[in-house]
Amino acid sequence: MQPSPSPSSSPNSSPARANLAGWLYVSPLVLVLVPFFVAPILVVLAASFFATDGFGGLTPGFTLTSYVEVLHSALTLKLYLATIKFTVLTWVFTLIIGFFVAYFLVFHVRNQLLAIGLFLLCTVPFWTSNIIRMISWIPLLGKEGLINQALLAMGVIHQPLEVLLFSDLAVVIAYVHQLTIFMIVPIFNSMARIDKKLIEAAIDAGASRFDIMRLIVVPMSKSGIALGTIFVVSIVMGDFFVVKVMSGGGSASVVSAFYEDVGVLQYPTAAASAVLLTLVLVAIVSLILRTVDIRQEIAR
Amino acid sequence: MSAVLADMPETVAPATTKAIAPSKGGRPWTFYLLATLFGLYVIALYGPMFCIYILSFQDIRGGLVFPMKGHSLHWFVDLFTQVRTGDVKGSFDRSIKLAIIVTVITVVVSFLAGLGFRKRFHGDTVVFYMMIGSLVAPGLVLGLGTGLLFQALGLNASWYTSALGAQLSWTLPFGVLVMFAVMSRFNHVWEEAAYDLGASRWQSIRLVMIPVLAPGLVAVALFGFTLSYDEFARSLQTAGSLNTLPLEIWSMTLNVTSPSLYALGTVTTIVSFVVIGASLGTIVLIQKKRGSSAKG
Repeated sequence: MQPSPSPSSSPNSSPARANLAGWLYVSPLVLVLVPFFVAPILVVLAASFFATDGFGGLTPGFTLTSYVEVLHSALTLKLYLATIKFTVLTWVFTLIIGFFVAYFLVFHVRNQLLAIGLFLLCTVPFWTSNIIRMISWIPLLGKEGLINQALLAMGVIHQPLEVLLFSDLAVVIAYVHQLTIFMIVPIFNSMARIDKKLIEAAIDAGASRFDIMRLIVVPMSKSGIALGTIFVVSIVMGDFFVVKVMSGGGSASVVSAFYEDVGVLQYPTAAASAVLLTLVLVAIVSLILRTVDIRQEIAR
Repeated sequence: MSAVLADMPETVAPATTKAIAPSKGGRPWTFYLLATLFGLYVIALYGPMFCIYILSFQDIRGGLVFPMKGHSLHWFVDLFTQVRTGDVKGSFDRSIKLAIIVTVITVVVSFLAGLGFRKRFHGDTVVFYMMIGSLVAPGLVLGLGTGLLFQALGLNASWYTSALGAQLSWTLPFGVLVMFAVMSRFNHVWEEAAYDLGASRWQSIRLVMIPVLAPGLVAVALFGFTLSYDEFARSLQTAGSLNTLPLEIWSMTLNVTSPSLYALGTVTTIVSFVVIGASLGTIVLIQKKRGSSAKG
């Protein structure tokens, strides 16, 4: 966000009036976010300290029972390890694919109109249903799916692979399929801002293509990588339906366990686990934010 | 994608920045490697989706996998007539209505917030990070919080109250971020010229900013509609007794094992494609009109 050069002709020049005008403009946004983001978070925080009668009824009070329960459970550690495993795998694959797709579009496609067309081609599925895109892997990965059929026909395998669908592999495939776009867009944006003269100068100075990648392109794409990482990490860590459907119930993550807890009306335990997850997420996101000022980045 | 949509005015008209690749001669080997990667990515992106569209046109013997067993519209009819697949028609209706309401609110609120964030004001960082928080918070947790809040206040959760709010907490951050990108390319000189010519604040917004920013506002609307229409995690605990379409699909994935699931996928994706096509078409049309009127 560039602070505008505040000309004298503009109606609000005094700081007090500017503050008032600013708040007036964002007040509708605040009026939505307070009841539907701040309040629900506080409700979950409060519920995590309440006691339960086991039938969905909450007794207002202050007890740390739910936290003790969550932290003492061996299951918690397992869930976090599983979630971290999915997050890291998804992050690595989306980063590699996203980086090179963006690199291809920015540096190798010479016609800019074509580059925008190809970019939009990548983004269109983002505007369609995630659930549908997830189940669309069934005819491919299933026991009688296309991949197994093809491998059997080629004689590579003699009986269908069962690990393709309803497995951790399927979960990671579905994540990468859905989330690579969240890497492509911000990395594409930061790469598009790299001055091509800089690269020509580097070539003239005798840099190899690898040097250009290492010393110019990667450092100057850092903010895009950071933004994409925030999206991918927070979505994978907050997801439950991909894990539930694509693992066939075999794997669980922190939020899918939360979903089961809510299903059996264990609100305080679910809330405590949600608060812990939120703390972990906030820690990761603020760590990433220390390396990049996203407000500057988005508005530039 | 926001910035690119906003970028279109500059990029579509004059192609002054032609030399993208450093060398103008033959393609380096990395071009072919990366082009292959890109091609594979696009195939992986669209391939599975097209599989289920094709499979949804099987006849009554159809199953969930290839090969195709005949072709008919059986599963589409099944979808809208059978009771066991649930209330598809009703949820379809609700989802469209909800998406339209969300779109209108998202465009108006994002536009105003975009205007507000142009200048620094006291506390703007708090609002900004509240928005980022709303974007990255796990949807299911927020949904549960909203559901419990309504319960505590003695209100009934329904798709047009609690689910509407829960969806706005998801679409607004996207809308405002798109506005950021759009606004950063807005030339302040035009607005000041309007003031110099004696325009009021409202006139400068209505007669200068909205027409200039129109393509960006269409992009915000596209985000508002599609994100609401496909929203699932935040609606799950907030939609009350009547399902929206994604919730209907979710319950179908758990208990329907016939191609009617694919048929529903085909129908809902057609709606998405129509909306995406109409939005992108509108943006291109506006740009073209501008290009020709600027020349003539």
